[in-house]
Amino acid sequence: MSIVVKDLAFTYSLGSPYEKKAIQNINLTINDGDFLGIVGHTGSGKSTFIQHLNGLIKVQEGEIEVFDIKLTNAKKPKPDLRKLRSNVGMVFQYPEYQLFEDTVYKDVAFGPKNLGLDEEEIAKRVKEAIELVGLDFEAIKERAPFELSGGQKRRVAIAGIIAMKPKVLILDEPTAGLDPNGKEQILTLITHLKKNCSSTIIVISHDIDEITRFATRLIVFNEGRVAFDMPMNELFKHQQELVEMGLDIPLAVKIANDLKAKGVAIQDGVVTVEDLIKEIVRLYNAKHNTKLNLKDINKSGFNFSFRSDEVFE
Amino acid sequence: MGSRFAFGQYYPADSLIHKMDPRCKILLTIAYMVAIFLVKSYLGYLVTAILLFSTIAISKVPLRVVLRSIRAVIFLLMFTLIINLLFYKQGTVIASWWKITITWQGIDYAIKMLFRLTMLVMGASMLTFTTTATELTDGLESLLYPLKFIKVPVHDIAIIMSIALRFIPTLVEETQKIMNAQKARGAELDTGNFFKRVKAMLPILIPLFVSAFRRADELADALDARCYNASDKRTKMKVLKFTLKDYLAMFIVALFIAAICVDAYAFGGAYVDTFIYNLIMGA
Repeated sequence: MSIVVKDLAFTYSLGSPYEKKAIQNINLTINDGDFLGIVGHTGSGKSTFIQHLNGLIKVQEGEIEVFDIKLTNAKKPKPDLRKLRSNVGMVFQYPEYQLFEDTVYKDVAFGPKNLGLDEEEIAKRVKEAIELVGLDFEAIKERAPFELSGGQKRRVAIAGIIAMKPKVLILDEPTAGLDPNGKEQILTLITHLKKNCSSTIIVISHDIDEITRFATRLIVFNEGRVAFDMPMNELFKHQQELVEMGLDIPLAVKIANDLKAKGVAIQDGVVTVEDLIKEIVRLYNAKHNTKLNLKDINKSGFNFSFRSDEVFE
Repeated sequence: MGSRFAFGQYYPADSLIHKMDPRCKILLTIAYMVAIFLVKSYLGYLVTAILLFSTIAISKVPLRVVLRSIRAVIFLLMFTLIINLLFYKQGTVIASWWKITITWQGIDYAIKMLFRLTMLVMGASMLTFTTTATELTDGLESLLYPLKFIKVPVHDIAIIMSIALRFIPTLVEETQKIMNAQKARGAELDTGNFFKRVKAMLPILIPLFVSAFRRADELADALDARCYNASDKRTKMKVLKFTLKDYLAMFIVALFIAAICVDAYAFGGAYVDTFIYNLIMGA
């Protein structure tokens, strides 16, 4: 168990006429190795919640335990924020807006430097991080971050976080404002980071199709509370409630549920387009006594790493 | 976040002061600010305080909120208070060592200066508490209108001002975001000595400037795309108009200035002060 949250509540501008309850009654355990997706409306409290996890917002009510660091509203003992922030890395929305150094190398080195590491270790980490995000270290290290393309800037900014080698990596809308191609690259990068950098990853997104592609657990925030906390493959059970909250349903789930309503015997647990196609192929094989498999389908021009809408052209 | 930047923020309420013509409010605020420099006696400050606090009461802006506007300048207030207290050279010396002398007149002057600055800031912030940015620029544009005849681009100035005012909260929010992002990268913003702190501001300031320029660029494009031009033929949706309450307010402020002037020049501003002075000295 890497993060335990107990009865967390937070109110903005407490004690003023602008008082606004952001989150309340949050109880969660985030396990080591979780690949967690968080969805919710603007103002549902998801951002407030994640900012608690690395101490950017002081706990008002309840408590959080991140690894061995306890965060409460008590003044003493003071939590070791430096250690906390090296354990929990946070990539904000539009992270490229935080770039400030004159070279990519220096910018990525900012985080490790603040951790008080020695030059040699910093150099090693910077190289590793830049390569991890899929950029050519030698070619890019002396360039100014401001002359890079949008997608590259975002990668450099992400490298700046993972150079701190956080055990938990939080990404807030990591694909916001990118073109489909850039989105695809960042999504692939996140799965890559899960294997090679941070074993626990939390992604906030408003695009539920995007989240279902990789997250194995889904938390839904609604009006400051956790409305759902479930394994991703149980998502289909709650289509109605999610629609009532005004949230989108993954395309595959929608189709699977529609088919089921029409009497097609789709099995439970379909979340991604890939699941759906596998299931349809299985049903087809059962009905026609054929042995089609996914490779055959790919041969006829499909490719399952494509975006969901392209598969259904 | 809003609570930390109370100075110069609009406080929505339904009051007579809010409904006044912005031009009237601007002119009266200027008159008030000039008049406060004419005040010479404690009696004068009492009169000023009565005017100020009744304005606050009528405006329905909570006193707490108005007092917060002083917080922004508290350092300046304390600084002037101490400098005046320690380095005012004339008058009856109470204590003196090295280059520092404390005199009765020094204390008197320091206290008056404190009153003056406090009420100045509070009065000025009443204008922004009760007037939206749009009203303010509309008012200023109208007041500056005569300058058009000497080819001053009054309308451009007004629009620049309204944009600047409009972007203050946006930039504050942006600053907060960037600060959080850099803190997440381990930046320590509020520890260390002065130079360390100034250096720690760089990772905040550079992205902030970059984003301000980006926003300005985008806004300029958006204005262009909608064929904006500051032609003379523009008409107003809300035409400013003086009403009874504006004339009434002008009358009250005129009375106030008259009272201040009578106190300062007819009595030399010394009527009550001498009394207090004598009381302290036991004469």
